[in-house]
Amino acid sequence: FLICVAIRANYPLYIRSVPTQGELKFHYTVHTSLDVVEEKISGVGKALADQRELYLGLLYPTEDYKVYGYVTNSKVKFVIVVDSSNTSLRDNEIRSMFRKLHNSFTDVMCNPFYNPGDPIQSKAFDSIVSTMMVQAC
Amino acid sequence: MESLTLSDFEQKYYSELFLSCDVDNTKKVASNGKVLDLFRAAQLSPEVVHQITELCGATRLGHFGRSQFYIALKLIALAQSGLPLRVESLNSVRDLPLPRFVMGKNEQETRHTIMFADAENQGPYLPRPPGRVQAKKVSAHEMIQPCVPTVDPQPDTTSPVVSPHQSPPTSPHAWRKHKRQASGGNVDRQPSVPGVVWPPFREAQPGPVTGEGMWSAHSPPPVQESWVSFTDTPPSSTLPMHPPSAQPESTTVRTVPSAMTANEIQRQTSGYDDPWKITDEQRQYYINQFKTIQADLTGLIPGSAAKEFFTKSKLPILELSHIWELSDFDKDGALTLDEFCAAFHLVVARKNGYDLPEKLPESLMPKLIDLDDSAGVPEPAPEVGFSASPVEVTPNKSPSMPSLNQNWPELNQSNEDTAIVHPVPIRMTPSKIHMQEMELKRTGSDHTHPTSPLMAKPPELSDESKLAATIKFPGTTVGDGYSSSDSFTSDQEPISSAVNRQRSHSGTSPEGLKVVAPPTPPPRPQHTHSRSSSLDMNRNFAAVPAGPQQPGVVAFPPAVPPRPLPTQTSVPHGHRSVEVDGLPAHTSTSPQQMPEQPNFADFSQFQAFAVDQPADDGEKPSDSGQAERCAETAGTMRTAKNDVQSEERNATTVNSAKVSTPLAPPPKPVRRRLKSEDELRPDVEDLPQKSNVIATVLATQPSIPRSIGKDKKAIQASIRRNKETNTVLARLNSELQQQLKDLLEERISLEVQLEQLRPFSHL
Repeated sequence: FLICVAIRANYPLYIRSVPTQGELKFHYTVHTSLDVVEEKISGVGKALADQRELYLGLLYPTEDYKVYGYVTNSKVKFVIVVDSSNTSLRDNEIRSMFRKLHNSFTDVMCNPFYNPGDPIQSKAFDSIVSTMMVQAC
Repeated sequence: MESLTLSDFEQKYYSELFLSCDVDNTKKVASNGKVLDLFRAAQLSPEVVHQITELCGATRLGHFGRSQFYIALKLIALAQSGLPLRVESLNSVRDLPLPRFVMGKNEQETRHTIMFADAENQGPYLPRPPGRVQAKKVSAHEMIQPCVPTVDPQPDTTSPVVSPHQSPPTSPHAWRKHKRQASGGNVDRQPSVPGVVWPPFREAQPGPVTGEGMWSAHSPPPVQESWVSFTDTPPSSTLPMHPPSAQPESTTVRTVPSAMTANEIQRQTSGYDDPWKITDEQRQYYINQFKTIQADLTGLIPGSAAKEFFTKSKLPILELSHIWELSDFDKDGALTLDEFCAAFHLVVARKNGYDLPEKLPESLMPKLIDLDDSAGVPEPAPEVGFSASPVEVTPNKSPSMPSLNQNWPELNQSNEDTAIVHPVPIRMTPSKIHMQEMELKRTGSDHTHPTSPLMAKPPELSDESKLAATIKFPGTTVGDGYSSSDSFTSDQEPISSAVNRQRSHSGTSPEGLKVVAPPTPPPRPQHTHSRSSSLDMNRNFAAVPAGPQQPGVVAFPPAVPPRPLPTQTSVPHGHRSVEVDGLPAHTSTSPQQMPEQPNFADFSQFQAFAVDQPADDGEKPSDSGQAERCAETAGTMRTAKNDVQSEERNATTVNSAKVSTPLAPPPKPVRRRLKSEDELRPDVEDLPQKSNVIATVLATQPSIPRSIGKDKKAIQASIRRNKETNTVLARLNSELQQQLKDLLEERISLEVQLEQLRPFSHL
């Protein structure tokens, strides 16, 4: 499975998961991962664009997944949760996914009709995320 | 169901009516209620309506499908014209006037009312989507009457309002509204308008229009019409012509300005083949609106201004956001004129109830005029172009990118041709040398010899001189090289002579360079080069002596680190005469130099090996195995030599075996490459010559043979080869260093143990 989240000020602007069941669990996971992301960006004063964090520590016996984080220069966080069984996803792929997310997010931001803080309802953004997730899964 | 042939405008009209009845937006079935209302509006007696319903088969099916609907409409027309209702007459009667309905288009209105909260005057803001306004206007009192086709069937020239061949008028409502709007001045045109409207409509669609086609065709017309009323105009005296039947809903409708009527009617036309095409009038209108925001037509409308403007249209923010996404083609947060027109058009369409497309239609794509080369997407770009144009746009945004991208593939391709694949950083700028080298590589055979002297040439040549040499190269060597690439092997003499000349020029290289005549224009440069530095060196060396034959080479300091030439040079000096005769002398000296040149002895060793190889393997105190290995491949000689020497240097005899063994395999792959090249060489004798030349070149200052290009090529090849060996040797060196470290650590640990044991020894 795969979940992509865009978070701004600790509030999700956009959540999308491929297997739509059990979303609540993913929400929880994403929320907890925010702490780690915060920790990372506050600790590392230099590079704000922490492109990835690998959350291998959270390996439950039943479920195991990896959480990747990405922070833009405006403190907008992107989180991707992937199934650990999905070993085909390499780091480069995750990075490219984040890059695409970032680009799409920028396009959404450029839209004058979009107020920052609103949930992202852009169809273009949706389509890009869908494509990405289909590719990944 | 009987087949039904409809004339063009009949079909259009019918499909529009069907659309209006298709409240559920199923596009397949007209809701019974609406249909019945429509039929009632036909002012036919109920029994006739009932009969019609039966005839068209709706009662059978229980609902009004499209075909049923059409048949019913035709029957209604029949009935209205007083003809008996018979199924046969459906197709037989020609020139049947279109059925007339008196009832207002409530359905449409209701559809549009949603959008327009207040269709009243909003002042000079964005004109409300006409759809709404018009719908309201049409309501209740509109005569949904098809323009009387009989009035003027071919009125191409009649109405100035509707230019002939313009896209067909939208629906009867459309010109209906015009009628209304034309209260002011176009009243006279009204009668002709309908006639005009339909024929152009028909003409615009010469081909058979299927129901679906009509559907799409109708979609823009309504857009048009609604668009028409999209102006902020004072409520026009709208219904002067129509009996104001109950108009509860006609409140806000009359806001269509009469002034716009003419234009509106014209604007009604839309590319019939393309539902999203913007007509000229529309475009003009959009441009005018653009001017109100941004006077400069070539400028941009910032996002905030555009937001305000389009918010006036009262569309939901979500849809406006979507429209923006579609229309902001270059994603810059601002709208150019084309983008603005596209956005406006989409707003109008949406106002008229047409769903926004998922991606921008071709006709709405902005002309990428600013982006020249690859972005030259014409406005009516194909659908594919849409996805492609962003790609084109993006490269234009970063103009440097395309060139870079282009260069890389070229380089890669050319590199593949070469027999040798060097992991050398590729230079973006093409140079003759590279081309030459590539050719050299391709030919394969010659490289080793001729290039060896080149490779061996010491990069002592001052950078300036080298640069100067390279600069002078253009045109000369390459051309020669190409022509004579095949004759390298046979030609040691020129090389030697070249080398000689190089040496002679070593001291006076700058002057020599100056003496060199300006090179002829270089041949077409190839975008390939493996070892830029080596090439340049070749250039430098080759050009100096070669003189005016150098191809255009971008001068740059050779990357080859200076070899330990001092000692080497001494040796080569002995070999001044690069003739083959000099070889033995050279080789003899090389071994002597071995102990002095830890790292660079390889070359001499190579030479020695090359020479000794056939002669005496046992000369070197190294492992015979190594020698054998060397014997295996001409190239391995060098590394074996290196191994041997490094061993000796290490003075760790214990490790020697270890060292030699592990080291031997690593060089082998490299050696194999060289070996393959060597194998290309016809005879082994060349090896000694080559090594000799290498030494010679190494030793000598850049005494580049200024003779022919072949020499240069040979030199280049040799330089390249030497570079390879360099890398290999460097690697070996590092490995040996590592081993040395390990051994030292071992030694320390052993000593520690010894210390620990010592006390016990005393006991």
